[in-house]
Formats: sequence, C-alpha cells, structure tokens
Amino acid sequence: MTTGVRPRRRGPDPRAVRSSLIALVSTIIVFGGLGWIIVHAPGWPEVQASFFNRAVFEEALPGLLEAFVVNIELFMAAEVLVLGLGLVLAVMRGLPGPVFLPVRVMSNVYTDIFRAIPGVLVIFVLGFGIPGLGLVDPRTDQRLFGILALTLVYSAYVSEVYRAGIESIHPSQEAAARSLGLSRLQALRYVIVPQAVRRVIPPLLNDFIGLQKDTVLVSFIGVVEIFRFSQIESAATYNFTPYVAVALVFIVVTVPLIHVVDWLAGRSRAGARPRAAATPPRVGVL
Amino acid sequence: MSAVEASPVAAEALRIEGLHKSFGTLEVLRGIDLVVAEHEVVCLIGASGSGKSTLLRCINLLETIDAGRIVVEGEEITADGVSLDRVRRRIGIVFQAFNLFPHMSVLENVTLAPHKVLKTPRREADADATELLARFGLSDKRDELPDRLSGGQQQRVAIVRALAMKPDILLLDEVTSALDPELVAEVLNVIRELAAAGMTMVIATHEMGFARDIADRVCFLDAGTICEAGPPDQILNEPREPRTRQFLQRIIEAGRL
Repeated sequence: MTTGVRPRRRGPDPRAVRSSLIALVSTIIVFGGLGWIIVHAPGWPEVQASFFNRAVFEEALPGLLEAFVVNIELFMAAEVLVLGLGLVLAVMRGLPGPVFLPVRVMSNVYTDIFRAIPGVLVIFVLGFGIPGLGLVDPRTDQRLFGILALTLVYSAYVSEVYRAGIESIHPSQEAAARSLGLSRLQALRYVIVPQAVRRVIPPLLNDFIGLQKDTVLVSFIGVVEIFRFSQIESAATYNFTPYVAVALVFIVVTVPLIHVVDWLAGRSRAGARPRAAATPPRVGVL
Repeated sequence: MSAVEASPVAAEALRIEGLHKSFGTLEVLRGIDLVVAEHEVVCLIGASGSGKSTLLRCINLLETIDAGRIVVEGEEITADGVSLDRVRRRIGIVFQAFNLFPHMSVLENVTLAPHKVLKTPRREADADATELLARFGLSDKRDELPDRLSGGQQQRVAIVRALAMKPDILLLDEVTSALDPELVAEVLNVIRELAAAGMTMVIATHEMGFARDIADRVCFLDAGTICEAGPPDQILNEPREPRTRQFLQRIIEAGRL
C-alpha cells in the first residue's frame, strides 16, 4: 500500500462500475432467459391470449378499480376496529391477579380460536349465520358481516402483536409509574401502551398488508368487490386476464406499503434506544 | 436495638417492624426493624445483595412483604385494605436507572402523576413543575426528551418527578451508581439541598463519604438484617460489629472511603 500523494481519481470508482455491470448482465441473463423460455413455450400463444389479453385488460380495468373501492372500504373499517379490539384483548390478557383470571382466559380462548379458524370460514359463518338467526334485517348489507368477520380474525393476530410490545417494555417503567401513585390502568395507558405501540408499528403494518389482501374473501358471501367483479368479467369474456389485472392492482397498492414497513422496521432497529428492554420481546406463541 | 430507634422526641415518619421478604427460596430480608423520625436522613450501606434495594422497594409496596408491618406517619400501610396507590403518593422513590418515561418530555415526566393522580389542573401542575425544575437548574431542559439529557440531568429530573408529588418520605436507591464519576456530585448536591430543607429520606448508597456527610444515622445491612446502626462517624470510624469492620475494610481497599 503506497501512501504517496496521488491525484484523486476522477469519475466513479472503476470497481463499483464493474460490480454494477456484473449485476446488470447477470440480471439480464436470468430474467431474460426465463422470459425467453416462457415466450417460446409451445402453449404460450394460448396463455398470452387468455391471461395477458390487452383488449380484455383495458375493458375490465375501470370496473375493477370501481369495485376495488369496496375493498378499500372493508379494509379501512376493519383496520380501525382491529386496532381498538386488538388493544383491548392485549390489555385484558395482561391484567394481573386471581380476580382477573376469567378475563385472561376469555382473551386467551378468543385469540386461540380466531387464529385457528381459517378466515374464510369465519366470513361464511357470520355472513350466512347471522342473517339466518332472524334477529337482524335480512336486507342488512353483507359488507357489514364481512367487516365484522375480518375484525374478529385480525384482532386475534394484532392483540398478539400488541402483547409482545407491552411485554417488551421493561418492568422498571411500570415500577416507576406505580411508585408515583398511578393505578395499573393509568400506568398502562400513559406509560406502557404508548411506548409499546411505537415499538410494534412495523409488525402491525405487516398484519394490515394481510388484512388488505384478505378483503377479497368477503366476496364469498356475495359482496361484489374487486375479486368477485373479476370473476364476473372473466365469465363474460371467457378470459382470465381480469384476474391478472386484480393481481396487478394489489401489487401496485401493496408493494409500496411493504416497503414502508421494511423502512420503518429498519429505522426502529437503527434508532438508538436509550434503554433497551433487558429481555428480548417475546412473540406470543401458544 | 436502641441504636435502631429514633430519638423519642421527634415525630415518627416511618416505622418498620419485623419485616421479612423472600424471593422464592431466597430470603432477602430477615427481620428488619427500623424507625425513621421526621426530617431524619438514614443511609443504608452494605454489600450488593444485602437487601438495601429490596427494603426500599418494600417500603413503598413495590414488593409485597411476607411478614412484619410498615407504618407511615402513624398509618399502617401493610394492613389489609390499604390502597397501594394512595400509599405510594406519599412515598417517593428514585431508582438507580432513573426510569424516566422516554416518550415524554421532562415537563410531562414531572407533571404526569400530579395531573393524573392528584388531579392538579394542567396549568397549575405545569407551573409547579417549572418552578421545581428551575430550583434544580433544569429550566432549559423542560421540553427535552430524557434521552437528550446527561445521566446526571436525568437523575435530577427523576428526583424532581418524585418531589412533584410532595411526598412525606423520599427513598433513594443507589441513585448515583449508574452515573459517570464526574456527574455524581451534581446529584449528591441536590440530595444535600433536600436534606437541608428537612426532607425525610432513606438512602441506599455506596458513597461512604456522602453518607458520612449527610446521614443522621447509618445502618449497615448484612444478609437481610440491620447488623449495626448509629451515627455516621461511629459506624464508619469505630464499627463495633466484626462484619461491619470487614465490609468497611473492603471499601477502604477499593479506595472508596
């Protein structure tokens, strides 16, 4: 290694340029090769006509986007409810002492059951079962049952996320709050939950990506949202392109959200925590 | 036991009788008797694990006790049916690791309990807190988050936070042990000022020089009992108990006295 004074090189570092070039060529070979294989497959012309049909795509897209508004409604309503119910369940589960045993058991059983049942079954049971009871107006909007079902299912997951967050806050924070005369609930509300929520925002958003996609399951109880609409379009045109269009819509909406989550998660790892929890956050596992 | 009793003329702030506390099979406190008079400063010294912190945590009921009784200003706080939250308002505690609330500004840390527990109106609580912060040289830190402060400043904020509840007794649990050496003095000076103002305090500390300075009485804890108690000069210079002597010998060897 010479240490003599050298004129600073102009332009980009040749080594960086070289590795970028290698990356580029390697990417072109891999994806280009895959593309070439698909396009030259014996059945490609038929596949292209029935899955990637431009005319059908352009015809279907406006209607699909209109139907997607229903998905957004389902998602937004369920998300707000999930945030509330999930927190209530998590707090119920953390209440101490023998008096609150029934409350803890209720919360436990709830999260067990709703994480065990496939979401689509909950949607079915509620969507067809509740109107069947005859207690509500049979013309009640099916979307409401969809929102209810999604809320019940996702609250079970989200409560576990909240619980992990609450348990990650060091007990000394509660000791400090209680030593000042705050009740347990006050300590939770003003000291523990605000810190816990900040820590679990990335995993919370992760669950919301799942919720956003699962809104299509509500189509099974007769709600015409984007997936149901694409089925109708597909049946009308004898073509699968509308499904591909749905996939594209979800990619466009979800991928940016996924990257926001990754960015937030990276930032919270990098962010200096003045007093990290002595015990690593436990993820609820049963 | 006469050394443990406070002088009979002063009013009693705190009386502890036969206090026992175990964690599982580990008996941490094995019969503590201690009386603290109003305006008295008692320093607890002893090796790590001798029970100093546990004793303090028992006094404000952060730990449940197994046997014995604790009486604060004439009221038995270990009796059945006593509201923990009400007891803790009257007994402040400051921890070794500060335990400030990291998501709140200094002002919010100090006003949370007065506002939510004592129901002091927001404006009044803010004014009281601002005055207290000024008194301890923290005015310019009022709106900072705790992690922007030095350890010494954080610990002073923690003391102010405890004082904002106007406690009858202040418990200090090795409040300088987590500090860099050059930050210790600023915290000890705050405690000196409180002692001068007549605050009743029970202080667990490893700072023997400070204990000698400030304490009316020093109690040496060993294996969960108060082995020896008396005026600081007697305990630190002419300890009667062999175990006290051994402990102080180790402190001297470590260059801490």
